[in-house]
Amino acid sequence: MELLADSLMILARWDVVLALLVGSVGGVLIGAIPGVGPPVAIAILLPATFSMDPIVGLTVLLGIYGSSMYGGAIPAILINTPGTAVNALTTYDGYPMTARGEPRRALSLAYSASFFGGIFSVICLILFAPVLARVAPMFGSREIFLAALLGIILVIVAHRGQTLIAAALAGLGIFIQSVGLEPVKYTQRYTFDQPFLSGGIDLIVVVMGLFALSQAFVLLTTEDEKTRLAKLRGGLFQGLRELGRHPRVATVSASFGVLMGIIPGVGEFTAQFLSYTYARRTSKRPQDFGRGSSEGLIAAETANNAVPAAAMVPLLALGIPGEALTAMMLSVFYVHNVVPGPNLFKNEMDFVVALYISLLILNVLVLAFLLVATKPLVQVVRIPNRFLGVCILTLSFVGVYSLRNSATDCLIAAGFGVFGYILKRLDMPVVPIILGMVLGGIMEVKLRAGMARVKEPLDFIDRPIAFILFVAIILVLAAHFVRIWRERAELKEAEWQITNRSTRFGGLLSRRRSSLLRARGRTVKKRHSTSRPPSTGRD
Amino acid sequence: MTTERERRFVGPRRGQLLFALGFLALSVLLLSQIGRETDWVEKTRLTAQPRFWPAIGLGVMVLAGGLHLWRLPWKRLTRFDRAEARKWLSVLEFALWFMAYVLIVPILGYLPVTMIFVPALAWRMGYRTRFMMILSVLFAVSVVVVFKGFLSVRIPGGMVYEYLPGALRSFAILYL
Repeated sequence: MELLADSLMILARWDVVLALLVGSVGGVLIGAIPGVGPPVAIAILLPATFSMDPIVGLTVLLGIYGSSMYGGAIPAILINTPGTAVNALTTYDGYPMTARGEPRRALSLAYSASFFGGIFSVICLILFAPVLARVAPMFGSREIFLAALLGIILVIVAHRGQTLIAAALAGLGIFIQSVGLEPVKYTQRYTFDQPFLSGGIDLIVVVMGLFALSQAFVLLTTEDEKTRLAKLRGGLFQGLRELGRHPRVATVSASFGVLMGIIPGVGEFTAQFLSYTYARRTSKRPQDFGRGSSEGLIAAETANNAVPAAAMVPLLALGIPGEALTAMMLSVFYVHNVVPGPNLFKNEMDFVVALYISLLILNVLVLAFLLVATKPLVQVVRIPNRFLGVCILTLSFVGVYSLRNSATDCLIAAGFGVFGYILKRLDMPVVPIILGMVLGGIMEVKLRAGMARVKEPLDFIDRPIAFILFVAIILVLAAHFVRIWRERAELKEAEWQITNRSTRFGGLLSRRRSSLLRARGRTVKKRHSTSRPPSTGRD
Repeated sequence: MTTERERRFVGPRRGQLLFALGFLALSVLLLSQIGRETDWVEKTRLTAQPRFWPAIGLGVMVLAGGLHLWRLPWKRLTRFDRAEARKWLSVLEFALWFMAYVLIVPILGYLPVTMIFVPALAWRMGYRTRFMMILSVLFAVSVVVVFKGFLSVRIPGGMVYEYLPGALRSFAILYL
C-alpha cells in the first residue's frame, strides 16, 4: 500500500499529467495516419524528451507507444490500410464489417478490445512486479549476456524466410556499435583516422535515419492515394457490450499478448497470430473469420494492445529491450543516469510501479478520447502522402540536429535514411540493425565482466538461471534448424512435382494415349491367352 | 516461368541481387581492414580484446551475407535491377534537400529557413494551391514554436540574428 502511495506521488505532478495527455492524444493521432507510425514519432521526439525528467519523458514515449495501436485501427477498419504495422490483422475482419455497413460497430469493438488488452496486461504486470523484483537480482553479468544473446537470436529467427539477411543486418548493428574509441583499452576501432568517428555512431542518429528519414523518402517517392471514408452511424459504446459476450477469446488473447511481450524479440505479430489461430479454432463460426468476425477482431486488437506494457518487463528488469521502440526508450534512461536492470527493481520499485500506473491511466484517457473524438479524428487519413513526407523530413531535422548540433550527424542520418529506404523497397527488416546495436553493446560489456571470474568455459553456465538461458538458446536454435530442414524437404518435394508434371496439352494427350494403349494391350494379351488352345507339341 | 524457389522468396525480385552483392562486398572490404583498424592487446583475454566484437559483427555479416547471396534464386542482373538502382539513386535528391536545410539553418536561423524549406519542398512535390502553401507555412511556424519555443530543443540561433537590435536579438536566438 505504501508502495502504491509512493508511486502515485511520483505521478501527481502537472507535467506528468500533461505528458499523459500529450502522449495519449498524440499517439492516437500518429497511429491514425498511415505512413507515420510510433517508431517515426518516437525517434523524432526522443531528443526533445532528454531535457525532461525521466518519468515525464518516458510517459510521453510510452503514451505514444501504447495508444498508437488504438489509432492504427481506425484506417485499418475504415479504408483497409493499417495505421501501424501491427494493425494489419485488424483489416481482415474490421474492413469487411465496414463493407457491410457496420463501421461504428467495428471501431467500437476494436477500441473495447484494445482497452481490455491494455488494462489486462498492466494489471498482470502490477501483480507480477513483486515476483520480478525477487527474480531480477539473480541476474548477474553472465545471465544478462545470455538473455541478450537469446534476444538477438529470437529477433533473427522470428523473420521467417529472411533469417540469413536478418542475421547479416544484426551483425551490421553489432559492428556499428563497436565503431569509435574502445572504452577499456582506449584504442580506436574503425575510425579511419576521422575525428568525427572517434565518439562512435549515436544510436539516435541511426534510428532517425532508418525509421524517420527512410519513411520520409518512401512517402516522397510514392503517389498520393485517394481515400473514400465510410460514414459513421450508431453508438460507440456497443463494443463494450459485445466484448462482454466473448470473455474467453479476450482473456486468452490478452494472455498471449502479455507472454509474447515479455519474451524479447517476439512481440505483437506472434501474439496476434497465436490468438487469432486460437480464436478461429475454438469458434462456433470459424467460417466467418476474415469476413467480418467479431471474435477475430477481438483476438487481433486485444493481443497487440497487451504487448506494450509487457515489453517493458525485460527493459526494466534486465535492461534488455525486446524490440525497436523499447530500444529507443533505453536511451532516455541512460541520458538521465537511470540504469534499468535488477537494481532498478530493487531500489526504485516505486518508479517502476508509477510507470505501470501511468500506462493504466493512459488506456482510460485514450478510450475516453476516442469515444468522443472519433468522427473528427478520421479526417487525418486524408493527409496526402507526399505532404506527410515533407512534414517528416522537416521534423527529422529537429530529431538529429538537436542532439549535438552536428551537420556530420545529419549526414550520417541521411546515409542511413537512404539505406533504410533500400531495405524498405526490398521488404527487408530494419529492426535487427537497431537491436544489434543495443544488444551488441550490452553483450560486449557483460561478457567482459562475466568472463573475469570464469576459469573454464563450463563455469559460465554453472548458475541455475544461466544454465536455463543456455538451454533455451540451444532449444531455439535446434527448433529453427529443424524448421529449416523441413522447409527444405517441402521445397524439394514441390520442385520434384513441378519438374515431373507436364502442363502442356500435347503432353497430356500423349500420356492419355499411352495409358489407353497399355490398357488395350493388356486386354488383348489376356484374351489371346484364354482363347488359344494349349499346345500339344506334336505339330 | 516462376520457379518454386522464386515463389517462396520473401520480398520482390527487383534489386535483390544488387543489394546482396553490394552488402557482401562492403562486409568483405571492412573485414579485410580489421588488422589496420583495430588493435590486439597483449596479455588480454580473447573476449576482452578490442578486436573481438568488430570481428563478431563483420564475421556474421560476411557469413550470413554470403549465404544469403548463395541462396538467392536469381544469379543474373536484369533490366529490372538497373531500374531499381535508379530508383534508389532518385532519393538522393531528397537527401540533398535535407542536407541543404541542415547547412542553411545555422546561417539564416531556424524559423526563416523552415518557412522557406517547407513550402519550397511542398511546391516541388506538386502541391501548388494557395491552401497547401498556407498550410505549409502554418506547419513550419508551428514546428518551430513547439520545438524551439515550447520544448526548448537545442538549435542554435542563426548568424543573421546577430544583426538584430538588442532585445529582439536575444528573443530571436532563444525562441526562433
